[in-house]
Amino acid sequence: MASHVVAAVDEIPPGRRKLVEVAGRNIVVFNLGGDFFALNNRCPHRGGSLAHGITTALVESTVPGEYRCSRAGEMVKCPWHGWEFDIRTGKSWCDPSRLRVRQYTVTVKEGRELVEGPYKAESFPVRVENNYVVVEA
Amino acid sequence: MNIEVRQADVHSNSKLKIVDVDIHPKSSVEDLKPYLSQRWWDHLVTYGARQRQGYSKGFPYPKMQPMASRRDSWPPDGGLPASNLAFMKQQFLDAYPIEYAIMNPLSPTGQGDQNSDFSAAMAYAANEFQLEGWHNQDSRLLASVVVPFEDAEATKVEVKRRAGDKRFAHVLLKTRTNDLLGKKQYWPVYEAAIEAGLPIGIHVFGTSGRPASSTGWPSFYIEDMTEHASCCQAQVASLVLEGVFDRYPELKIVMIEAGFGWMPSLGWRMDKNWKKLKDEVPHLKKAPSEYMREHIWVSTQPMEETETPEHLLDTMKWIGFDKIMFSSDYPHWDFDDPFLALPPSLDEATRNKIFCENARSLYRLS
Amino acid sequence: MTATKTAIDCDVHPTVPSLKALLPHFDEYWRNSIAERGIPGFESNTYPPRAPISVRQDWKGKNGGGNAATDVTMLSAQVLDRLGAGQAILNCLYGAHLPYSEDMGVAVAKAVNNYIQKEWLDRDPRLRASIVVPTQNIEYAVDEVERMAADKRFVQIQLVTMQETPLGRRHWWPLFAAAVKHDLPIGIHPGSTYRQSMTSLGWPSYYVEDYVSYAQAFQSQLGSLICEGAFAKFPKLKVVLMESGVTWLPGFLWRLSKFWRGVRSEVPWVDRPPGEIVREHVRLTIQPFDAPDDPAITEQMADHLGSDDILLYASDFPHWQFDGDDALPRGLPESLKRKILVDNPLATYPRLREDAR
Repeated sequence: MASHVVAAVDEIPPGRRKLVEVAGRNIVVFNLGGDFFALNNRCPHRGGSLAHGITTALVESTVPGEYRCSRAGEMVKCPWHGWEFDIRTGKSWCDPSRLRVRQYTVTVKEGRELVEGPYKAESFPVRVENNYVVVEA
Repeated sequence: MNIEVRQADVHSNSKLKIVDVDIHPKSSVEDLKPYLSQRWWDHLVTYGARQRQGYSKGFPYPKMQPMASRRDSWPPDGGLPASNLAFMKQQFLDAYPIEYAIMNPLSPTGQGDQNSDFSAAMAYAANEFQLEGWHNQDSRLLASVVVPFEDAEATKVEVKRRAGDKRFAHVLLKTRTNDLLGKKQYWPVYEAAIEAGLPIGIHVFGTSGRPASSTGWPSFYIEDMTEHASCCQAQVASLVLEGVFDRYPELKIVMIEAGFGWMPSLGWRMDKNWKKLKDEVPHLKKAPSEYMREHIWVSTQPMEETETPEHLLDTMKWIGFDKIMFSSDYPHWDFDDPFLALPPSLDEATRNKIFCENARSLYRLS
Repeated sequence: MTATKTAIDCDVHPTVPSLKALLPHFDEYWRNSIAERGIPGFESNTYPPRAPISVRQDWKGKNGGGNAATDVTMLSAQVLDRLGAGQAILNCLYGAHLPYSEDMGVAVAKAVNNYIQKEWLDRDPRLRASIVVPTQNIEYAVDEVERMAADKRFVQIQLVTMQETPLGRRHWWPLFAAAVKHDLPIGIHPGSTYRQSMTSLGWPSYYVEDYVSYAQAFQSQLGSLICEGAFAKFPKLKVVLMESGVTWLPGFLWRLSKFWRGVRSEVPWVDRPPGEIVREHVRLTIQPFDAPDDPAITEQMADHLGSDDILLYASDFPHWQFDGDDALPRGLPESLKRKILVDNPLATYPRLREDAR
């Protein structure tokens, strides 16, 4: 396990995502209203790339005919078979206890800390005055 | 964002070759224009397709993803999914060890149109474009003989035209026909296919104009998708019980994109009732399931995903491993990935049958 | 005899011998109409009376020539005494669902229910029955349920498989509300209102195809009930598929579940796997058991069905589904037999657990 600087915060505005490669793994980093989440890019069902899925609302219903949307943009749908995953937890909607996408810890660090710490950021220069997304993997 | 394309896993599967019996390269109406007469081009742009359903654009049951396609299958340079050969190679044909892939064009092909002459003109154009636009660019892509199946005479003409042309794999029908495929009005289609030495592929979809179920119109897309299996059951039962296979012992039928979980039960149910009602169908010389076993092939996708893996194997065993052929349905959303679709417990010989040998032998591929 | 004295035969068919037998149960207007218009009867075409499957040879009436199951003595002797059962549920297949006139539908349904009550239930205390309803208009169907429900010997509401619209559609729901209110499962039996062709692709040439095609209609109905949310709306609703065949169910559920995982946001009230919904709400009668007569396959199928709770004993008398006196297929585990014969029917039909009347 190591800490990897994968993007400047500005690169992934709220509602967007970025596909990164970290220690040989494809990881997709989502920004939900300023909170960052990192998921394995591979759908645990049949391997679709979640970075290519849409993010959408959670749709629920208490009675037939009702369609209730909440948590806009917080569910990612696999681009292949449409399975839904909760970006905050990685859990699938259809089988949350058994089927989930692997999640990685993400933090936002100031450039100042990164210059000093044991971080890997080979792909781009880190500036002291910026903030960065760091994935533990 | 970079499009992440699966790296071909060919090294670990070095011996694996795949004949995919169902993919969907997309053509536009403009692609077909060179092969349509002025009369039918004018008809197309003036009146459009009239497909026995209410919408002028789109499908009776709106899909859950645009063009019912994988969201990652839209070519980065624009255009519809599977409309760009270079990208299709990168994402599919070269990413997997594809030896051949059979193209089953769904639209625009004119199949099932209310105007059967237009349907015939479109079928001709769709077939020409499969050759020019696809096969001649990449010889792994085999064509289907698209036919105006509601017009048996016109169908015969189109099949005859393609007879002996090795670039065509089968004659293509859709499952939602105007009447049951066992009915005599369709028999000339089978005669023509046999004469041309081609199997018949019956791909799900089409719009028959009838309700998608025998108890009326369902409301939802999920029901429409599920109903394809009931529709296939009706077609196979019709082909068997109306005596098509007695009349045409050389006929070979491939049920495409219907899954196959419905097959064993249908055979058993027919057998059970045939035993009691034999006198009504004296043309049947053996049990209905035996006709199925001899004459029906199935493509795998959308492959059933059973909670208990053995249940899928039981089902495949009941159908017969020599009758099951792999299909991916690329680029559609319910695509089955060749590397992940088949149950891992199948031995290598069986996998080979499903991935390529059954198709090679049915389609006489070298 | 397989069954025991406590077994419950959940699908038995009394035959209305003739329109004449039914006449006393119509009101004056309809008695007159039937005579004045020369109406020959309302028997449905679903079971041609001489078709081998409609009546088992050795269950035919005197000299093999008569209609089977036209009187209570004969039916009880066969179904209860000979095959072995303590109770049987009568599903009368007379064609109340056929008339295009809503009013005529109501008249036939009422006559059938009155007839069953007086000529059958009153004559053998071991018999129970389903309420026949005029599906031409759901309001009238509900009225008929309300009229008959006071008689606790009616334990179910009976519908035919092929309707004008799929059964999950919400205009059907008042009927389900009535069913739940009175502890009556909805029983769906092969039959058609003939508003649609027998298959979704047209009319087959042969009767054997008609009969085979009911399995597809059952699949459509089950898909509709699940996807429209009938079970979400009515958590106590029970649906019994009678004479439906059973081996199509696993394959159907695999397919529906696969799509559900991907497109469930279209029907968000379907908030758990369809198989789970079926195991809770849906039951199937065991005849015809549409698998080869091979104990190994029977056992595999029982396993594919994924639950010991969903099969109900039924002879389907007088339809010819099996030979001999053993209505259970070979190869069922012993522990399952007891459930099929007794426990599952009792769990399905609350009214069987009460003292009737």
